[in-house]
Amino acid sequence: MTAAPLLEVEHVTMRFGGLIAVNDLSFQAGRNSITAVIGPNGAGKTTLFNCITGFYRPQVGRMALHHPSGPVLLERLDDHRIAARGRVARTFQNIRLFTRMSVLENLIVAQHRTLMAASGFSLAGLLGLPVYRRAEARAVDKARFWLDKTGLAAFADDEAGSLPYGSQRRLEIARAMCTDPLLLCLDEPAAGLNPRESAELNRLLLDIRDEQRIGLLLIEHDMSVVMGISDRVVVLDHGAKIAEGTPDEVRRDPAVIRAYLGEPEDEEARPC
Amino acid sequence: MEYFLQQLINGITLGAIYGLIAIGYTMVYGIIGMINFAHGEVYMLGAFIALIAYLLSTLLGGQSAVLGLTTALLATMLLTGLWGWAIERVAYRPLRGAPKLAPLISAIGMSIVLQNFAQITQGARVKPLPPVIGGSVELLRGEDFTVSLSSLQIVIVLLTLVLMAAFTWIIARTPLGRAQRATQQDLKMASLLGIDVDRVISATFVMGAVLASVAGLMVTLYYGVIDFYIGFLAGIKAFTAAVLGGIGSLPGAMLGGLLLGLIESLWSGYFSIEYKDVAAFSILVLVLLFRPTGLLGHPEVEKI
Amino acid sequence: MAGAVLAGALREALAAAVVAAGLALPLLGFRLVDSSQGLSLGTRLDWVAWAALAVGLGRFLLTLSRRLRPASPRHRPSAGAVPAQADRLRPWAGWALAGLAVTLPFLPFADRNLVDKATLVLIYVMLGWGLNIVVGLAGLLDLGFVAFYAVGAYSYALLSTGLGWSFWICLPLAGLFAAGFGVALGFPVLRLRGDYLAIVTLGFGEIVRVVLQNWQDLTGGPNGISAIPRPTLFGLRFAANAPEGHRTFADFFGLPFSGEHRVIFLYFVILGLALLTNLFTLRIRRLPVGRAWEALREDEIACRSLGLNPTNIKLSAFALGAMFAGFAGSFFATRQGFISPESFTFIESAVILAIVVLGGMGSQIGVVLAALLLVGLPEWFRDLQQYRMLAFGGAMVLIMLWKPSGLLSDRSPTIRLGDRR
Repeated sequence: MTAAPLLEVEHVTMRFGGLIAVNDLSFQAGRNSITAVIGPNGAGKTTLFNCITGFYRPQVGRMALHHPSGPVLLERLDDHRIAARGRVARTFQNIRLFTRMSVLENLIVAQHRTLMAASGFSLAGLLGLPVYRRAEARAVDKARFWLDKTGLAAFADDEAGSLPYGSQRRLEIARAMCTDPLLLCLDEPAAGLNPRESAELNRLLLDIRDEQRIGLLLIEHDMSVVMGISDRVVVLDHGAKIAEGTPDEVRRDPAVIRAYLGEPEDEEARPC
Repeated sequence: MEYFLQQLINGITLGAIYGLIAIGYTMVYGIIGMINFAHGEVYMLGAFIALIAYLLSTLLGGQSAVLGLTTALLATMLLTGLWGWAIERVAYRPLRGAPKLAPLISAIGMSIVLQNFAQITQGARVKPLPPVIGGSVELLRGEDFTVSLSSLQIVIVLLTLVLMAAFTWIIARTPLGRAQRATQQDLKMASLLGIDVDRVISATFVMGAVLASVAGLMVTLYYGVIDFYIGFLAGIKAFTAAVLGGIGSLPGAMLGGLLLGLIESLWSGYFSIEYKDVAAFSILVLVLLFRPTGLLGHPEVEKI
Repeated sequence: MAGAVLAGALREALAAAVVAAGLALPLLGFRLVDSSQGLSLGTRLDWVAWAALAVGLGRFLLTLSRRLRPASPRHRPSAGAVPAQADRLRPWAGWALAGLAVTLPFLPFADRNLVDKATLVLIYVMLGWGLNIVVGLAGLLDLGFVAFYAVGAYSYALLSTGLGWSFWICLPLAGLFAAGFGVALGFPVLRLRGDYLAIVTLGFGEIVRVVLQNWQDLTGGPNGISAIPRPTLFGLRFAANAPEGHRTFADFFGLPFSGEHRVIFLYFVILGLALLTNLFTLRIRRLPVGRAWEALREDEIACRSLGLNPTNIKLSAFALGAMFAGFAGSFFATRQGFISPESFTFIESAVILAIVVLGGMGSQIGVVLAALLLVGLPEWFRDLQQYRMLAFGGAMVLIMLWKPSGLLSDRSPTIRLGDRR
C-alpha cells in the first residue's frame, strides 16, 4: 500500500474466559479502499468487529484509527464514543433498525449529536428558535442524499420494519453513513441477498469508497462480493490471521485453500 | 449469642417460606421470561384455602389436628394448583405473542382482582387461628435469653426440604422435568421437537402454585393470622429471593429465600422492625446492580 | 355441523363450570367468621353454584361466537406507517378534546361534582402523560412512578407549611426535587432491562412510601401533613374571608362568594398543567432528545453504535417524567389540603402504568381515553366502593386480552419527507 493506512490493528487478543476468540491479530485497512475479513464460522470475525467498534474490550492490543488530526486509539473508547470521537460506524449481522420509527427518522437519529449540539441539547428546539430549524433542515438534506443513494427515497415515511429485507440492509448502511464516519464496518452486508441485490450492494459500496473516500471494512461470506469489490482481503481462522493480500493472492494461498476456500475452480463452494 | 442464634433459627424458618414462594417466580420467569405478578396473591389464596379446609375438617371430622392439617395440606395444594392453572390459562396464555408489557399489565390486573376477591368474600379483617402445632425444644439456656426451636419450625423446615427434594427430582428425572428444561432453554425448538409447550407451561404454573400454597399453610400456622394483603409484600420479597439466588435456578430460589429470611430476621432483631421491608428492597437493588445474574444464575449473553 | 359445534361448546362449558366451581368453592363457598369464640365457618354454597353456572354460560356463548365468526388473525404486526389521513385527524381530535375540557365548567350540565371528578381525571391524565415519557417513549418500565408523585406532594406540603411559600413558587421547586429523585433512581437502574427494571423501580416506590410512613419528624408519619394552603390567583384567595392585607377572589370581582369558584379555579390549574405537559411532550418528540428516547426503546445497541449515550438518554427520561409527576403531586397536595403516605401506594403506580399501556404507549389521546375509562368511570360507581377495585383489576385484564397493544397504539412519524417544513 502506498498511502498511509487508515486503520492499524496491532497484536489484538480477545479472550472470553478460557476461550481465545481473537489471537494476536495484526493487519491494516487503507483509506479509500475496501478491506474484507473472511474466514470460516467461528473464526473470530464478528468478535474482531466488536473490538474495533467498542462493544468488547480486548485484553491486549492496539487499534489506531488515523484521523486527519492524528491517531485515535479505539481500544480506549466505549462503544458510543467510538462512533462520535472515533468516527467509526457499523452495521450488524442481525439487522438492528429502529423498526417502529420511519425510514427518515432512522436517518435523523443517526445525526443526533450534530442536532443536539446545534440545538443546545434541544433547548433551542423547544423554544422554536431558527438555529434548530436550520440544523434540522440540513439533517433532512443529508438524509435525503443517502436515501437517494440507496434507492429508498420512496419509502422515507414508511415504518422501517415494514421494508423488504434487502431494503432494510441498505437502510442500515445509509444510517451508518449519516454519522459521517471515516471507517465503515459492515457485518455480513450481503447475507440473505439474492444475486441481483448483491450486485446492487457492490455498486453502493464501491460508490461509497470512491465518492466519500473513506475506508470500508467488511465481514463477508458471499465470495462474489469479496472477490468482486475488495481491494484487500484478510483471512482469519480460529482467531488468527492466516493470510492477507489482494483477492487474487489470497485465493491462491494454500493456507487459505486448506482452511476453507476449496479448489480454485470450485468457486461455487460456499462455506456453511 | 443466644439472641443471635434465635434470630438465626427464625430466619431459617422464614427463609424456607420465602424459598417455596420464590420457586414459583423463578420457574415461571425461567420458562416464559415473565414475572408472574399474581403469584403473591396465589400464595395468599393458598393460605386462605388451607385455613378454611382445616376449619372444615375440624368442624366435620373430629378433633384430630393431624387429620385437619393433612386435609388442609391436600386441599390447598389441589385447589391452589387449580387457581394457578386457571390464572395462566385466562390471563397469560392468550397474550403470549403480544407486546411485552401486555402480560405484565394483565398480571398486575389479576393480582388486584385476586386481592379484592379475597377481601370481598372474606372480609377485610385479619383472620386469627389459635396455635395448632405446639411445643418446642429448648436448645440453649443463656443468661437472659433462651434459644428455643419450636416443633412447628422443625415441621416447616423438614417439609420444605422434602418438597425441594421432590421437585428437584421431578425436574431432573421425569419426562416433564426434561421437557421443562428444554422449554426453558429454547421454547421454539422445544415445540418443534414435539413438546407440548402449552402443557409444560401450565404444569410449571401449577407446580409454582402448589409450592406457594404450602407456604401459605405454613404461614397460617406460624404467624397465626392471615389477611388478604399478605400476598403483596411476600410476593415482592419472594421475587427478591428468586433474583438473589439467580433467576431460573431452583436451588437458587431456595438459597435466595434462605438468605433473605436470615437478613430480614437479623435486621429486625438488631436494627429496626419498621424498616425491615426496606432492607429487603435494598438487597434487591444491590443484587441487581452488582450481580444481576444472582448467586447461582447463568449470565445472559446478548448477541451483538 | 351445527350439532357438532353445539356439542363441543357444551363440553367446554361444562368443563369451565366444573373448574369455576372448584375455584369458587373455598373462598366463595365458605366464609371465615371471626367471633369471640374463635374462628368458625359460614357457608354460601349456593353462590358457588351460581358462579359455576355463570362461567359455564359465558364459556358456552364465547365458544359459540368464536366458532361461528370467521377467523381473524390475532396479533398482526403493524403493516406500515399510519396513513397520512389518520394522521391529520389526530390533531383535530386533540383540539376538540381540549376545547371540551376548557369549556367544561361552563356547560349547562356541569355541576360542582362533575368538575371535581374531571379534576381528578386530569390529575391522572397528567401523571399518565408524565409516565408516558418514561414508559411509552423511552421504553423504561417504571413501576415506582408514585414515588415522584409523593416527592412533589410532600415538597409542596413541607415548603408551604414550613416556610410559607406560595403554591406558584413551590411548584417549580417541587418539580425540581422530583426530577432530582428521578435522576437518583435512574443511576442504579441504567444497566437493567425489562422486568428487572420494573421490579427495582417498584422497590424504590415502596422504599419511599415506607420512609414517608416512618420518618415522623419530617413527614408526620402515618398522620401526614395537614392544613396545606390552597393556591391563589395572583394573591387573591378563594375563601369567604381573607386575612389582613389580602383580598378574596369574590371580593375583587364583585361576585357573591361561592365554594364553586375554588373548584373551578383548581380545575383550570390542573388543566393548564396537563396541557403544558402535553405541549412539552408533543414538542420534544420532534427534537433530538425525544427521538433519542424512542430510538433507545427500539434498540439500545444500535443507539450506541450511532454515538448516542444511553446513560444521558435514560436519565433525561426519568428526570423529565419525574418532574411532571412532581407538578401533579404538588397540585394533589394543594387540592386536598392534606396528604398522607396512604395516597402513595403501589396501586397508584399500577393505575398510572395501566393508563399508559391501555392508552397505547406513546399516544397522547390514548392516555386521556384510558384515564377516563379507568378513573372516571369507577368514580361514577363510588357507591359500590368495594367492587370498584375488583372491577378495575378486571378491566385491566380484559382490555389487555382484547387489545394488547393498547387502545390507540399506531405510531405516526414525527417528521415526514412528504411535508418538509
